[in-house]
Amino acid sequence: MAGVTRVNGPLVEVDGLGGAAMFELVDVGGIPGEIVALTGDHATVQAYEYTGGLEPGARVVSLGGPLSARLGPHLLGGIFDGLLRPLDGTEMWLKPSPLRAPGRRLWPFRPLVPAGTPVAPGTPIGSVTGSGALPYLVLSPGGTVTAVRPAGGYAADAAVASVSGRKVTMEWLWPVRRGLPYRGRLDEQVPLITGQRVIDLLLPVRRGGTVAVPGGFGTGKTVLLQQIAKWCDADVVVYIGCGERGNEMADVLAELRELADPRTGGRLLDRTVVIANTSNMPMMAREASVYTGVTVAEHFRDMGYHAVVIADSTSRWAEARREFASRGGALPAEEGYPADLASAIAAFYERAGLVTTLGGEPGSVTIIGAVSPPGGDLTEPVTTHTQRFVRTVWNLERALAYARHYPAVSWNGSFSRDGAALAGWHVRNGRRDWVAARTRVAGLLAEADRLSALAELVGAAAFPARERVVLLAGRLLREGLLQQSALSAADAYCAPERTGRLTSQILDVVDECLQLAEQGMPAAEIETRDFSDVLRAKERP
Amino acid sequence: MIELEYTSLSELRGPLAVVSGVSKVGWDEFATIRLSSGETRHGLVLEVDRDLALVQVLEGTSGMAGDRTRVAFAGSPLRVPVGPGWLGRVCDGRGRPLDGGPAVFGASTAPAAGFPLNPTWRVPPAEPVLTGVSAIDLLTTLVRGQKIALFSAAGLPHLELAAQIAAQSHAGGEPFSVVFAAMGLTHADAASVRDALELRSAAGELVLLLNLADDPVIERVLTPRIALTVAEHLAFEMGRHVLVVMADMTSYCEALREVSAARGEIPARRAYPGYLYSDLASLYERCGRVRGRPGSLTLLPVLTMPAGDITHPVPDLTGYITEGQIVLSPQADLYPPIDALSSLSRLMRRGVGEGRTRPEHMDLAAQTLAALARARQAGELAEIVGAGALSATDRGHLDLARAFATHLLTQRADEERTLEETFDRAWRVVSVLPRRELAMLGEDALDACYREGG
Ligand SMILES: Nc1ncnc2c1ncn2[C@@H]1O[C@H](COP(=O)(O)OP(=O)(O)OP(=O)(O)O)[C@@H](O)[C@H]1O
Ligand SMILES: [Mg+2]
Repeated sequence: MAGVTRVNGPLVEVDGLGGAAMFELVDVGGIPGEIVALTGDHATVQAYEYTGGLEPGARVVSLGGPLSARLGPHLLGGIFDGLLRPLDGTEMWLKPSPLRAPGRRLWPFRPLVPAGTPVAPGTPIGSVTGSGALPYLVLSPGGTVTAVRPAGGYAADAAVASVSGRKVTMEWLWPVRRGLPYRGRLDEQVPLITGQRVIDLLLPVRRGGTVAVPGGFGTGKTVLLQQIAKWCDADVVVYIGCGERGNEMADVLAELRELADPRTGGRLLDRTVVIANTSNMPMMAREASVYTGVTVAEHFRDMGYHAVVIADSTSRWAEARREFASRGGALPAEEGYPADLASAIAAFYERAGLVTTLGGEPGSVTIIGAVSPPGGDLTEPVTTHTQRFVRTVWNLERALAYARHYPAVSWNGSFSRDGAALAGWHVRNGRRDWVAARTRVAGLLAEADRLSALAELVGAAAFPARERVVLLAGRLLREGLLQQSALSAADAYCAPERTGRLTSQILDVVDECLQLAEQGMPAAEIETRDFSDVLRAKERP
Repeated sequence: MIELEYTSLSELRGPLAVVSGVSKVGWDEFATIRLSSGETRHGLVLEVDRDLALVQVLEGTSGMAGDRTRVAFAGSPLRVPVGPGWLGRVCDGRGRPLDGGPAVFGASTAPAAGFPLNPTWRVPPAEPVLTGVSAIDLLTTLVRGQKIALFSAAGLPHLELAAQIAAQSHAGGEPFSVVFAAMGLTHADAASVRDALELRSAAGELVLLLNLADDPVIERVLTPRIALTVAEHLAFEMGRHVLVVMADMTSYCEALREVSAARGEIPARRAYPGYLYSDLASLYERCGRVRGRPGSLTLLPVLTMPAGDITHPVPDLTGYITEGQIVLSPQADLYPPIDALSSLSRLMRRGVGEGRTRPEHMDLAAQTLAALARARQAGELAEIVGAGALSATDRGHLDLARAFATHLLTQRADEERTLEETFDRAWRVVSVLPRRELAMLGEDALDACYREGG
């Protein structure tokens, strides 16, 4: 019989597990864990609960199979821990507990194809409602529909159809560390509209893209990610609170419950799956949470939806891996992180993408991950490796946050490798000036930055009028366009049309000032003109 | 239960002892250690490997001998008695009475490590804790259920301020208690904290746990956990609003580092263990409000930034967990030396305003901060070009900054200001500027409260 030999926090060593497989789930003395190393019949297990009181000799039972996500109609609108166990309707204090099957309820099912139809893998054979705003699609494993249930209420694990003799249920399990299959990747460039001007205009992200958001504490990572969770134009949002604050989770839940989805009229929560593994919840479940989250997103992608994964913060995930590796005595690489840090980060972001699903539809997973560099030091390993593997970086700067310039996205220290291509998409979709305006804004900001660095040395008074107008333009763009308060009812979300309009209004004012300068008006006079109208335009709905 | 005693210590190293030949000893179990001298010490199991248990000895291993020490294990992780019996008591860092009274007794016990609070049971913090300190109540309001850190540096009066907050804070007449966990404090500091809190203690509203500078270092690992376990019970079972002050977290982290070094763990930044973030979070996250329960737990960790460096791991990781910070900085002869521009209460917006404090609170705070920021710029400019070359508006802002320091910020350490008085002073301060400069304040508020000339 298998038994525990050593316990060191979440690291548990086990003897007697002959025949066990790598990444197999086990029950160690009543709590779940996963085998992460095997030598002969000796296994190292990462425990997913607090191991207080666990002693050598405690019984270990294999649970057969790897850590898997239960994918089903219960996900939308729900809140789960890192192992995807429901948190709603459970006890106030989270005590260590084994994995249990969830309670049963009946879901309204409607067949989409009659018996006898041939169905390729990934095509919908039925639709489930009552789970959030979107129809939840039951997909075919491939074959011919031999039987399908009539419309009605069924349990998630009941057979609703049979395809070439295989039972099809609404819910099923998929190992979280392996990506769900798809037919192929698409390289179409469509932006994910976030409703944040600095992003949509200057640093856009595409559907299926990847974004890292590094920033020291208090620079606004969580507020920005929550804004995107609320307002981006995705079908499904998977919000992972990975080792962050409990109060923030309570906050985001309360807001998502109250806010209406502008596109469906339903609650925003109904298009959201919240995974909450706060910093005081077990550390290794935090490690698992980013994988469960991305698996859930892939599942909705496979139904032909556009999903976004928001992970706050990926640094806490990397730290959990470091912590475990060091307890296991692994040789550390940079700053104590295990040597596979870079490949683990790369593999995680690789699960993003715009794809053709098995069913032949386009669907996407976009991943946006916060990074919390210790001491705000952007040269630390998690930040530097993440920057290598993502297509977009929104760098949050302490100086901007300190000056209450929110969102504190640095316009010169960030990048989007899809910026030009996505700007072209806007032009093709009726916003003819988008590319020109974007180029102009970026150019003015860069020139203003260069000039203000110079002004710190020689004083702006020494500049010719045109240069002083450029400095002024920098200020107008920063205050009137880039700054966007998450707390403002009128401005928290900004549609692309409005972003375009605000941009051209400011550029018009800048042109006017440049012209005045050219005509000889002294810079001081131009600077003291009343710009409050163009600066306050963003506060008007 | 028959207590099994083990007598074979196979290794002693720093604060660690390895007990061999054990069976049925679990991880994180509590241990009692008896020395041949008759002295009793205590420990926690850091690791069990077959028949070896690695124990961290809270009182240190000095004087312990390998063959004449007896170790007994409790059979479970440490539990702490909880209940109203703690109120009014003064104890050491492990919860033993220092006030001459009997051992604290509780009708029930709770695990010192606590359990994580289910996030779906949390209610977003939404009411203020008023401290009677003007700069805090106006600009960085504490919100019930929030954790907010006090960042300071050596030589600054952070303990004095923490004690003042602990002495004066209230929740508008609802039952209020303070749990003060002192770690690594000098005798003199501890005495002044006790003095400042004497009334609160006499009123049965205070629990004081004192681990002093010459007390066992490793005991500090336990002190905040006992404090929080007691506080959770007072808040979530007894319905009180509880403020937990933990000072000095830097001393706590040093104790963790010492244990980590003795274990030969791979260090992260500045030799602190890689799990420092999670360890601090396991303390700081124990604050909050809970659905259907009247109480709240608000947390104020106090720490000194080594060499004033905010990127040092202790303030940095604390800042990554807390919901804002109150920063002290050296300001000549000024008490409390709060750096308003570096301080922020992230949850303030929910805890103030109409029905909670005053309707114009957020606007007045934002306006004051914006004006102070402008004054700082003007001050820097004045150093280059001379004050004479400043515009009238810039000079007005410098006047405002002076008025702020004298009329609002400066306060005696035993002076409790009502909210009315704080707002009165704040309006006098902003009124130093011409009314047209106060664009962040609404017309109604200005009509009611602005007074020409300050
Ligand atoms: N877009 C915004 N609009 C208005 N205020 C903001 C915005 N972004 C940030 N803030 C302010 O900054 C504070 C800190 O932001 P946030 O909690 O997002 O920081 P963070 O980077 O997630 O910090 P941490 O790493 O500690 O979690 C917020 O409480 C809010 O006061
Ligand atoms: Mg955050």
